[in-house]
Amino acid sequence: MNWITDYVRPKLQKLTTETKPAVADNLWQKCPSCEQMLFHRDLVDNLSVCHYCNHHLRLNAYARLKLLFDNEEFTPITLPKVPLDPLKFKDSKKYVDRLKDYRKKTGQEDAILVAHGKIGGNPAVVAAFDFSFMGGSMGLAVGAALVAAAELAIKLDFPLIAIPASGGARMQEGPFSLMQMPRSTVAVQMMREARLPYLVLLVDPTLGGVSASFAMLGDITLAESGATIGFTGARVIQQTIKEKLPAGFQTAEYLQEHGMIDRVVHRKDLRATFKKILTLLRQKSL
Amino acid sequence: MYTLDFEKQITDLETKIEELRHVSKEKGMDIVAEISVLQKKVDKLLKDVYGKLSSWDKVQVARHPERPHFLDYVKELIEDFTELTGDRLYADDQAIVGGLGRFRGQTVMIIGQEKGHDIESRMKHNFGSPKPEGYRKAVRLMALAEHYRVPLITLVDTAGAYPGIEAEERGQAVAIARATDMCLSVTVPFVATIIGEGGSGGAIALATANRVLMMEYAIYSVISPEGCASILWHDSAKKGEAAEAQKLTAQDLLKLKIIDRIVPEPLGAAHRNPKEAITNLGNALEKELKDLSNLTPKQLKAQRHQKYLDIGRV
Repeated sequence: MNWITDYVRPKLQKLTTETKPAVADNLWQKCPSCEQMLFHRDLVDNLSVCHYCNHHLRLNAYARLKLLFDNEEFTPITLPKVPLDPLKFKDSKKYVDRLKDYRKKTGQEDAILVAHGKIGGNPAVVAAFDFSFMGGSMGLAVGAALVAAAELAIKLDFPLIAIPASGGARMQEGPFSLMQMPRSTVAVQMMREARLPYLVLLVDPTLGGVSASFAMLGDITLAESGATIGFTGARVIQQTIKEKLPAGFQTAEYLQEHGMIDRVVHRKDLRATFKKILTLLRQKSL
Repeated sequence: MYTLDFEKQITDLETKIEELRHVSKEKGMDIVAEISVLQKKVDKLLKDVYGKLSSWDKVQVARHPERPHFLDYVKELIEDFTELTGDRLYADDQAIVGGLGRFRGQTVMIIGQEKGHDIESRMKHNFGSPKPEGYRKAVRLMALAEHYRVPLITLVDTAGAYPGIEAEERGQAVAIARATDMCLSVTVPFVATIIGEGGSGGAIALATANRVLMMEYAIYSVISPEGCASILWHDSAKKGEAAEAQKLTAQDLLKLKIIDRIVPEPLGAAHRNPKEAITNLGNALEKELKDLSNLTPKQLKAQRHQKYLDIGRV
């Protein structure tokens, strides 16, 4: 070989690959489902739903709250402080450093936001997960936020809407993450005992210890069109049973077909659907 | 006996003692002295080896095939055990077994995962990995315990809930969620014990109790060390490091205040002397149930709620 192939070409390749994604990140995005290129302004106008194949792209917690509350107005609450890194966990990287990186990247404390406001004129508390923060995994902070959300709802006499988007428990918190399953279930029971509506909107993805706790305990459970929802991830099931998985396995539509959820809702109809349910429950006679 | 890697030297000696006993019986030779010397050696080795087991070693002990399982405990501890089957919706899942019985004079409801002890029984009990109908049966039996006001005892021993198409189809997630929900709803005394493996959500569904005990060499974790290693280290061979990092041993979990009490196992763990391990658990359960009998139904439920709200609170 010569210096052109060994030296110049890699340098050129490096230049092109380094500049390309920067543009794509800002203006264009590939639909993860149909792989069509989506222009960012079209995507925002369409609530981050692909206008070619109707795939619902993931939203972060903040976008979720803006989407749901009237006039994009809501009051976020300060989440309870929890012990950071209770196990001093380290894999290829220290967990504390990982947390710091995600905090910087997302501008959030952890994988959840809690806020109150109005949906179609009805007051509500919403607890929304952020999948971009460590896969929306549930550890001490998320569990404490769910309890705080229920306490706030009870104090204000508002319904609570939980919107999980999570791969499951946060392994870096070991047994503490496992204990958030019963802990978040206590939050659900607090709502039940206060006779206040506890509604769940399942979005992509809801799996593992999150789906097997508060996420599947809603009085009424909606799911966003096409969302992946299940206990064990599809890859693990396939590795275990070595069989082909049925088409549409673990989608929102599949769960509805099997009787596990109440309604599958398109993102554009979410606020109207919640408005209808919340109004029916708030004004029982007109 | 099934031999764990770190037990090889011990089982070799144990086999030798067995052989000597056999020979002495057959030939009428008196070798009591020799045997006693060897036995002392075995005991010392057991003390040494078991005194410094790593987390991964304990994982292997917890999974030892000859470790007493749910039905072994029931046989020794429960009189008039009357198994109750089925979820009234779809099927009976034998990965979870439960029923009424008498524990030291008192009628109780006892529920737990059973792994089986040979090929046939392992298949029957699906290796202790429950499907949704198993958790739904557990919910039904917990409701019966509440209805009849009898204490609830659970013995947890599962690698995890079954990962399969039909389990997902029939709502594995909602089945586990509702079982945990029911654990937190009952107002009778409720003691859970991890007797072998406490595998994640599949365990929590039966283990959300007033008092949570662990056998000395049981493990309890959010993910298996193998799973954790392959996800976080991208290398399932790092299971030893993962086991250490997950803090899954009874000793770690007591220190972290996740569990309430460790039940001691005989020298060389439960698979060496199941009867002693089972009796130890019986004594611990009797004590815990006696303590809980001082609480009113309302207090019992409130105590359980508070216990889980307080975990990790600063």
